[in-house]
Amino acid sequence: MSGETMGQEAAAVASLGITASATGNASRAEETAGEAVAGGIAVERLAAWFGRNRILADINLNMPPRSITAIIGPSGCGKSTFIRCLNRLHELVPGARVEGRVWLNGAEIYGPRVDPVQVRRRVGMVFQKPNPFPTMSIFDNVVAGMRFGSRRLSRQETRDVVERSLRQAALWDEVKDRLRAPATSLSGGQQQRLCIARALAVEPEVLLLDEPASALDPLSTLKIEELLAQIKMSYAIVIVTHNMQQAARVSEQTAFFLNGELVEQGPTQELFTRPRDRRTEDYITGRFG
Amino acid sequence: MISLDRLARRRVWNTVAMAGAGLCAAVALVSLLAVLVWLGGKGIPALDLAFFTELPKPVGEPGGGMANAIAGTLIVLGIACAIAVPVGMGAGVYLAEYGRNRLGGVVRFTCDVLTGVPSIAVGIYVYILMVLTSKQFSALAGGVSLAVIMLPIVTRSTEEMLRLVPVSLREAGLALGAPHWRVVTGVVLHTARGGLITGGLVALARVAGETAPLLFTAFNNRYWSASLDQPIATLPVQIFTYAIAPFDDWHRQAWAGALVLVGMVLIISIIARLIGRQAGTGAWR
Repeated sequence: MSGETMGQEAAAVASLGITASATGNASRAEETAGEAVAGGIAVERLAAWFGRNRILADINLNMPPRSITAIIGPSGCGKSTFIRCLNRLHELVPGARVEGRVWLNGAEIYGPRVDPVQVRRRVGMVFQKPNPFPTMSIFDNVVAGMRFGSRRLSRQETRDVVERSLRQAALWDEVKDRLRAPATSLSGGQQQRLCIARALAVEPEVLLLDEPASALDPLSTLKIEELLAQIKMSYAIVIVTHNMQQAARVSEQTAFFLNGELVEQGPTQELFTRPRDRRTEDYITGRFG
Repeated sequence: MISLDRLARRRVWNTVAMAGAGLCAAVALVSLLAVLVWLGGKGIPALDLAFFTELPKPVGEPGGGMANAIAGTLIVLGIACAIAVPVGMGAGVYLAEYGRNRLGGVVRFTCDVLTGVPSIAVGIYVYILMVLTSKQFSALAGGVSLAVIMLPIVTRSTEEMLRLVPVSLREAGLALGAPHWRVVTGVVLHTARGGLITGGLVALARVAGETAPLLFTAFNNRYWSASLDQPIATLPVQIFTYAIAPFDDWHRQAWAGALVLVGMVLIISIIARLIGRQAGTGAWR
C-alpha cells in the first residue's frame, strides 16, 4: 500500500513537470495510476471543509476525457465546492480545507510538491457570473492567461490563439471586427462566451463550468450548450448545473449530489430514466429541491 | 383615532428633521462659499501677470510677485509625491493582499495614528532628522515632511481601493493559472487604477496647503531655487510671511497667494473627482 502511494506521488510530481527525486519509479507508477483513472480527472475519497463545517464527504468520481460530466443537486449541496476542489481554488478561502485525492491525468494534484498555479494552468474554469477583466479589451481578455503565465508568443501566434479560442467559444463572428473594444461592451451571454474563450486559450486539459448559463437568456444558453458539444472532444468537461434539462441535453455522465454526498452517478440517460436511488428519483421528478 | 394622531405627529417630526438637516447643509455650503467669495474679493484685485512671473520686490518697492514660491510649491509637492505615492501604494498592496496578520494590523494601526499627528509635529520631527543633521533648510526636507503626512493617507486609500476589486476577478485570474503577484499587478491594480489615482490626488490636495511643517524644513527663499539642498520658497510659507508683515502691499499679495493656492487645491480635487467618477461608471458594473 505504502509503496503504491509513493509511486503515485512520484507520478504526480513527474507529470506536473517537476523534477522528482524518485524518477526511477515514475513510469511504473504512471501505469498504475493510469489504470486507475484512464486520463481525465478523478477524485478519491474527497472531503472539503469550511472551518468546522464539512461541505463534502467521501466523494469518488471519475470524469473521463472527451466527454461532459454534469453535476446536479439542490442549492447548497456542495456542487460548486466540489469543482473548486478540482483546480485548488477552494483552499484559497481562509479556513477552507481539502482531504482525499484528486488525480489529473494520473497525477495527484494535492501532492506535497505540486504548485497549485501549475494545476490551474491545466484545469480551466468558467464561473457562474461572467467575469471578464473590465479594464481589458476583448483581445486582451483572451490572451490574459498566457500573459499571466509569461508565455512568450509572437504577434502572429497571439492573433492565431485569439482567433482559435474565440472560434471555439462561438464568439468570433460576433466580435472579429471589434477585438479592441472593451470586454464590458459585450452582452452578458457574449461575456460568458468570452470567459470560455479566455479559459480555452491556455489550452487546459480539463474545463470546469460552474452554472455557466444560469445568468443568461435561453438563446445564450443554447449557444453555450452547442459550443460545449463542439469542444468536448478535446477536453474533459465538468459542468455544474441547476437545470436538469441542460444536464440531460449536454452530458454523457451525471452525478447527483445531496448534502455534500454523492448520491448517485452514471450515464446520463440511465440516471434520468432509471435512477437507482430513491432520493435521485425524487429530485429529478421535482419532488424537492 | 390614535393612529391618525400618531401619523400627524410623525409628519410634523419629519418636517422638522428635514428642515434641520437642510439648514445644516446650507450652513456648511454658505461658510465654504463665504471663504471663496471673500478670498476672490481680496485676491483677484491683487492678481496680475507679475504675480506669476516676478520675484518678490524688496520692502517698500511696490509690485513684484511670487513666481518663485509657485514653482517652489510645485517642486516640494513633486518630491512629496515621488516619495509617498510609491511607498504608500506598496504598503497598501501589502495590507490588502498579504496583511491579514499581526504585522498588517500593526501597520494599519500605525497609519491611523500617523494620520492624526499634527503637521507641526511632523515638521519638528523632520527638522531634527534632516535639518539639524545637515545644518541646512532644504527643499528635500520640505518634501519629506509633506511625504510623511501623505504616506498614511495614500496607504489606507490604496488598501480600501484594492479591497473594492471583486473577488470574482481575482478568482478569474487565479483560475487562469496566474500566480498571486501576477493577479495583483495584472488585474487588481489595473481594475482599481482610477481609485488609486484619486487617492493619491486627495492626499496631495491635503498637503498642498500645509504651512507648519515647511516652516521648519523648506523655510523660505527670496530668490529662484531649484536645488534640493537649498531652502526654497513655497506659497503657504510666503503667504504666512507676507500676512504677518506690517506692509499693506504685502497683505495684498498674501491674499493673491492664498487665492492661487486654493485654486491649485481646487483643480487637484476636481481632477480627482473626474477620475474617480470615470472609474466608478465605466469599468465595473
